[in-house]
Amino acid sequence: MDRRQFNIAAGAGALAALSPFGIVRAQAQKLKVGVILPRSGYLSFIGQSCQKGADLAPGVIKEMLGVDIELMNADFETSVDTARTRAERLIQEGAHVLVGPFDSGAASAIAQVAEQRGVPFIINIAAAPQITEQGYKFVFRNFQTAGDIVRNGLDLIGELFQATNTVPRTAVYMHVNDTFGQAMTKGIQALMPTRTQLPFKIVDTISYDPAAKDLTVEVSRAKAANADFVLYVCRLNDAILLRREMVKQRWNPMGIISPGSPGMYEEQYFKTLGKLSDYSISNVPWYNPNAKLTRVVEKAFLKQNPNDKLVFHGLNAGFTFEAIYIAADAFKRARSTDPKVLAEAIRQTNITDKMTLGAPIKFNAKGQVEGIGSACVQNRDGLPTVVLPKNAATAQPVFPAPYYKR
Amino acid sequence: MSVDLVANVVIAGVLTGLVYGLMALGLSVIFGVVRVVNFAHGEMMTVAMYAATLLFGALKLDPFLAMLPVAAAFFVLGYALQKGLINPFITRPEHSQFMLLVALAIILVNGMLLVFGPDARNVQVDYQLESFELGRILVDKARLYAAGAALVTAAGLFFFFRKTLTGKAIRACADNHLGAKVVGLDVKHLYALTFGLGSVCLAVAGCAMVVLVDVTPGLGPYYTLLAFVIVIVGGLGSMGGALVGGVLIGASEALAGLFIVPSAKSMFSFGLLILVLLFRPQGLLGKKQ
Repeated sequence: MDRRQFNIAAGAGALAALSPFGIVRAQAQKLKVGVILPRSGYLSFIGQSCQKGADLAPGVIKEMLGVDIELMNADFETSVDTARTRAERLIQEGAHVLVGPFDSGAASAIAQVAEQRGVPFIINIAAAPQITEQGYKFVFRNFQTAGDIVRNGLDLIGELFQATNTVPRTAVYMHVNDTFGQAMTKGIQALMPTRTQLPFKIVDTISYDPAAKDLTVEVSRAKAANADFVLYVCRLNDAILLRREMVKQRWNPMGIISPGSPGMYEEQYFKTLGKLSDYSISNVPWYNPNAKLTRVVEKAFLKQNPNDKLVFHGLNAGFTFEAIYIAADAFKRARSTDPKVLAEAIRQTNITDKMTLGAPIKFNAKGQVEGIGSACVQNRDGLPTVVLPKNAATAQPVFPAPYYKR
Repeated sequence: MSVDLVANVVIAGVLTGLVYGLMALGLSVIFGVVRVVNFAHGEMMTVAMYAATLLFGALKLDPFLAMLPVAAAFFVLGYALQKGLINPFITRPEHSQFMLLVALAIILVNGMLLVFGPDARNVQVDYQLESFELGRILVDKARLYAAGAALVTAAGLFFFFRKTLTGKAIRACADNHLGAKVVGLDVKHLYALTFGLGSVCLAVAGCAMVVLVDVTPGLGPYYTLLAFVIVIVGGLGSMGGALVGGVLIGASEALAGLFIVPSAKSMFSFGLLILVLLFRPQGLLGKKQ
């Protein structure tokens, strides 16, 4: 054996010795995460808010887990069809895992693609229950289902009335007519009869197009219902339209309470409406400002967005960051980007040090995390402020709103 | 359901319908004279809305005052567009004209996306959240002003076409293209003038609309479709028909939203469109060809 033959044999021997452990391959690789969000279209503000959580993830995760993340960002333009094609394209371009998309309709479409192609898909925010009821093997969700959101949301409404010593008797229910809005409506219809502690009944239900440009008719009809308060499932743009139209039509009910939808805690809601944004209430999955991980994320967030406040993006950025964190944690344990191995590792996730409220991140057999907590978030002095539950509250709830006129 | 409620909703629908009507009037005027369907109509109106937001942002110029400079700019733009781009297509097959204007629409939408991004923009004027109280009826101030601006512009346009020599010359071109040429009218110049006037309608409607809705680049195709529905209902080429169509669409959507399902109110505009196409294909005020 000459020197050259010896070197080849030694190299081959070393590779053969290391390959069963997968150490060389896993440590040399990056995890490619396809992030699909609605960065344009009528959900653009929320999509961009989620993107902030994705953008800070590689740096924070590298520091915490030592894992390299490569983000592959895609805008699905608030169109379900586009979400499907973007997912296909990201997989073709080599994404090992998909994360997104904030919207239930888009999540259903991406879930089908992910399942067909056998690529893990971690949902950051999307509540339609059916997404994790299909028996999918590659779809995971670290967010409440519509049923959980409504259950927690209605319970918090009961707590709110108790805490403020008020007994509203009637509500007008207004909701966006999309996958999310309909899922929430089904949840409310199913749960309201079981929540006997709630003193109010729904006197009218008004649905509208989520891309509505004018809510004059809807608000006129809601006002005519003469209800004590508005039970509201919205997005962002329509939430702004509704509040403006209420002022125009001089309608001042006891308040606007969302049993669990985006919109009224978003930065744009405050920026556009100014003082009018105050006292709106959203009972939503929220982040824990005191969690260790929150402080790490907040530091990175402020470094990337020096003119922003995490409180406006805590939910969107928090759940998006956590979705990527789950993928990175699984990749670290699996030491592989093989989709099946990665999916199995995601299924075994047990993250106790998390940013959002509630139980540790553990997926059940359906790929759903259970026990995610909600908070009653009231807009106060231009900031979303936790007012319930008491152990997480930073202010007392105010209800009815000061603008209320009987 | 109370009479006040119905009256409130109908008034709001009619006022918004008048602004829609002005937008559609631009389309109808251009088609009536030049015989070209402007498939970039809504996109051009969206540009006018952005122009109003820019003037408001930079100079705090109220959109109703911004109508003057924006309308002047749009007249020049419309004139140049017809003279430089569309005139050569007048004698070409309709599908060529269609492709030209669809291409223009796509360029405008993507151009707006590049320049302004996808985010919604708006103007915030003092009276935007105020309303007039007439007994138990509330009339939105901004909507009333917008409808007033639409009516004044439409009246100006009617006057121009009926009473001025240039207006009569344009109508002569519309009635008999060959005859107009024979008597020595500069038809291409008059066509460009007409496109300019149609663009003025868009500019005024855009400035009025921006106090009612937030503007995004994606609004263009929606307004183009809406303008088509209105002019088909009112009668393509009929100036009065465009206003009547706008009011009908505005009021019917409002009533459908009130009495049936708000989320399905657009369905009724299209239902009305189908009825008109079935029973009066030339539109409510259109002439039989």
